[in-house]
Amino acid sequence: MAEKTLVQTIHDTLFDEMKRDDRVLVLGEDVGARGGVFRVTMGFLDEFGPERVIDTPLDECLIAGVSIGMAVDGLRPVAEMQFADFIFPAFNQIVQEAARIRYRSNGDFGCPLVIRTPYGGGVHGALYHSQSIEAFFAHVPGLKVVAPSAPEDAKGMLIQAIEDEDPVIFLEHKKCYRSIKGEVPDDRYRTPFGKAVVRREGTDLTVVSYGLMHHYAVEAAERLAGDGIDTEVIDLRSIYPLDMETVLGSVGKTSKVMIVYEDNKFLGAGAEVAAQIAERALFELDAPVVRIGGAHIPAMPYAGSLESAFLPTADTLEQEIRKLAEY
Amino acid sequence: MSVVARWAREAKLDDPTRLELYSKLSEIRQFEQRAYDLFLQNLVAGTSHLSLGQEAVAAGFAQAMRDDDFTFCTYRGHAHTLVRGASMTGLMAELLGRSNGILAGKGGSMHLTSVENYAMGSYAIVGSHLPIAAGAAWAAQERGTGQVSVCFFGDGTTNIGAFHEALNLAAVWKLPVVFVCENNLYMEYTPIASVTAVEHPGADRAAAYGLESLIVDGNDVDEVYGIATTYLERARDGGGPALIEAKTYRKGGHSRADPAKYRPPQEVESWLARDPIILYRSRLLELGVEEKTLDDIDSEVLTAVDRATEEAKAAPPADEELIHADVWADGGSRWRN
Repeated sequence: MAEKTLVQTIHDTLFDEMKRDDRVLVLGEDVGARGGVFRVTMGFLDEFGPERVIDTPLDECLIAGVSIGMAVDGLRPVAEMQFADFIFPAFNQIVQEAARIRYRSNGDFGCPLVIRTPYGGGVHGALYHSQSIEAFFAHVPGLKVVAPSAPEDAKGMLIQAIEDEDPVIFLEHKKCYRSIKGEVPDDRYRTPFGKAVVRREGTDLTVVSYGLMHHYAVEAAERLAGDGIDTEVIDLRSIYPLDMETVLGSVGKTSKVMIVYEDNKFLGAGAEVAAQIAERALFELDAPVVRIGGAHIPAMPYAGSLESAFLPTADTLEQEIRKLAEY
Repeated sequence: MSVVARWAREAKLDDPTRLELYSKLSEIRQFEQRAYDLFLQNLVAGTSHLSLGQEAVAAGFAQAMRDDDFTFCTYRGHAHTLVRGASMTGLMAELLGRSNGILAGKGGSMHLTSVENYAMGSYAIVGSHLPIAAGAAWAAQERGTGQVSVCFFGDGTTNIGAFHEALNLAAVWKLPVVFVCENNLYMEYTPIASVTAVEHPGADRAAAYGLESLIVDGNDVDEVYGIATTYLERARDGGGPALIEAKTYRKGGHSRADPAKYRPPQEVESWLARDPIILYRSRLLELGVEEKTLDDIDSEVLTAVDRATEEAKAAPPADEELIHADVWADGGSRWRN
């Protein structure tokens, strides 16, 4: 067991998996000599050589397309999109091709591909280096979309992603990369997709979240504990498949629920969670479902003042949780 | 040396043009250096990409462009926006996220835009703006305005699909658009030569679209001005698009976080010896321009940069209320039936 940052954990896990299985390779822009702009693949080129650590041209469509070809032919590519915001030129390849290969071949072959990408705001990246993209891809059957927020989960879920027989979008919150540390077990383990985790137990209300917002939710819950508000906090970890059983179990216990995500609130992942609660647990509720999301504007603006106005903070969540508890 | 390049070197430019070119170089250099200093003081958040070392491309083209020609550029776009006449205070304030920023703090370094100066935006997604520039050129042609669209991008862009799509269409439709590949030899951190099938990532692709293969010394502002003038005029007269590859070099890294240690020292040394400002200054002195004239230009620019810095620093942060402004055409963010 060692304490590691999120980025160090992803680096170490990917490194170990490449050591373990020579079908695994990484490709993307600046992943080789540079080691990636966030240094996730630092030192990989020296260890594994240019056949398995591939600096590609700057062309996301090509990165995705070539990875799909490698995956259908027996390799286990782990492609990096330098920023999640840059993934859209590859949208066609991922949605139309990767997601459908198994279905349209009637199960004859699949596409065991991992696309890793840093996402999310809070680092002054402005309009094209801050976006949350999970809702676009989680909408598409055939793709798995995960967003581990704790280093321990990042390890288990990255191993799961690489071993998964289907394409996985693996989202890494860039503000969590170095700000979040946690104990990471030394042994090799898989953290299954579609299993949420109750990170903090409570009886008064449930907060469902993932990514950076999950850490803010835990912080807000801890602050409120002193005031006698006992909040249960769930980390979804995986957007698709979505673990509603854990959510519904918690809602059954607390009867109040808030869903927090930094993506635009409208049609974001939290909308699906809220809809399923309404379908399956409406009469368990003592208060309307509350959703806290990013502002409904086209992208996260640059200036610090505007960025804070976009992103929910631990302060915002503290106020909102208090309001819901008192409902 | 191409015919155009030779023309540029031998051209007898009038003195005011030469001094205006020098002034533009000086503006970009001093603005960018100040931007860098402000990063170091932690006044500029996020990332930023400077044009230090690449000034001559922006200066030469801006000098040759008509006031209402369009500029489309990339996230390395301070220079291109500045030389089209955008407010220096507005630009500096934008980098600082202040309310008097040219985009009121919404955009920051990578998204500078000044529509009143026909600077139609800095695009942070590589390749995105090439089809857009072609579309603007089509509109100009259709409306008969005589405007030319000038689209700047880096060497890395030449490998993305949108580059090829836009060139093909521009050639088919004979659009008044000049595509300018600023080849600084590195696609972010990766040498462009290591990921590209041809030696000249821009020029060697021109033939595929029936265009001339054009390379210009992007550190020589006279040559850039010469080739820009030639192909802007040709495009304006219905001669169709051009693709010009300007060879240049970054003084520093890709972005502010990058010390650019991956570049061979001899390569850095040989390029920095050809610094576009030093190069042009010595040429003007040889041509008999008084040193004092150039020093006066530099100090006027410095005064302007100082003023812009102070006005930016004195302004309040971007107004939080603005976050919901201008989502829709009515200026607001409410969706209505």
